[in-house]
Amino acid sequence: MSPLQGCLLVSALLFAIGLAGAVTRRHAILTLVGIELMLNAANLNFIAFWRYGAHPEALTGVMFVIFSIAIAAAEAAVGLALIIAVYRHYKTSNLDELKELKG
Amino acid sequence: MSPAFIIIAFVTLLAAASAMSLRNLVHAALALTVTFAGLAALYLNLDAQFVGFAQILVYVGAVAILIVFAILLTRSGDTPDQAVLAPGWTYGIAVSAVVFTMLGWAVLNSSALPKENSSAPAATVKNIGEALMSKYVLPLEIIGLLLTAAMIGAVIIALREPGKTKMDDGGLKIDKTATPSAILNSPSSSGGHS
Repeated sequence: MSPLQGCLLVSALLFAIGLAGAVTRRHAILTLVGIELMLNAANLNFIAFWRYGAHPEALTGVMFVIFSIAIAAAEAAVGLALIIAVYRHYKTSNLDELKELKG
Repeated sequence: MSPAFIIIAFVTLLAAASAMSLRNLVHAALALTVTFAGLAALYLNLDAQFVGFAQILVYVGAVAILIVFAILLTRSGDTPDQAVLAPGWTYGIAVSAVVFTMLGWAVLNSSALPKENSSAPAATVKNIGEALMSKYVLPLEIIGLLLTAAMIGAVIIALREPGKTKMDDGGLKIDKTATPSAILNSPSSSGGHS
């Protein structure tokens, strides 16, 4: 197994863990954490392909990961603000109890 | 694959699995921090120094703190006494196992993977800065705009709803009559002018 394949396998396992957590956990914050883990798995793929692929001097993978980290930070801020707003309204952050859209 | 890579990957994946499976949310947030730090170490191991330190700054420094604050504000720091997994969680686990199997099979058997060059590429901060200021200057501006919009949006979303200052969730009671000037001029305030 080559280093690139090792990186891709680690990233695939990280993605699967994040997906399992985002789908199965009941707490809204942990769902968001699962999404963050999936984003990080994608970032690891970008870095691995940049490191072992052709034309690393173009810096495409690094640039993509930098912008992706910035977008992930914005997403985390807005998502956690939404969770706090929902908690304030419904007094719960259990996703199974949030059944109605009407406030 | 070097032994360092295997150790870091093992620690990262173990921390990720425990972040997704621990019952207490605070413990899960701590495990998540370890996951982010392990990913930063993986980036450093892959010769992407700038991204590794950006990962430490943004994820370990900011996102983890943000998640801890969200746990604090939603008062979910205690270990829950009911089930933490949604009903039908076996399907979720099965779907993610299928996803991992497909991805792993594709990675191990694909002929489309690029031919590897083992020499470490030079991604110095100077190179990255020049690229950010020349080729990627428009995405950089858009990212700045997006971050500003997201910050303002997050603050507005998380603001208390108007007319609900009395806080029926048992929180701090805010005295509506206490304007800043009234507080400053009240005789009990020690910092006021005589």
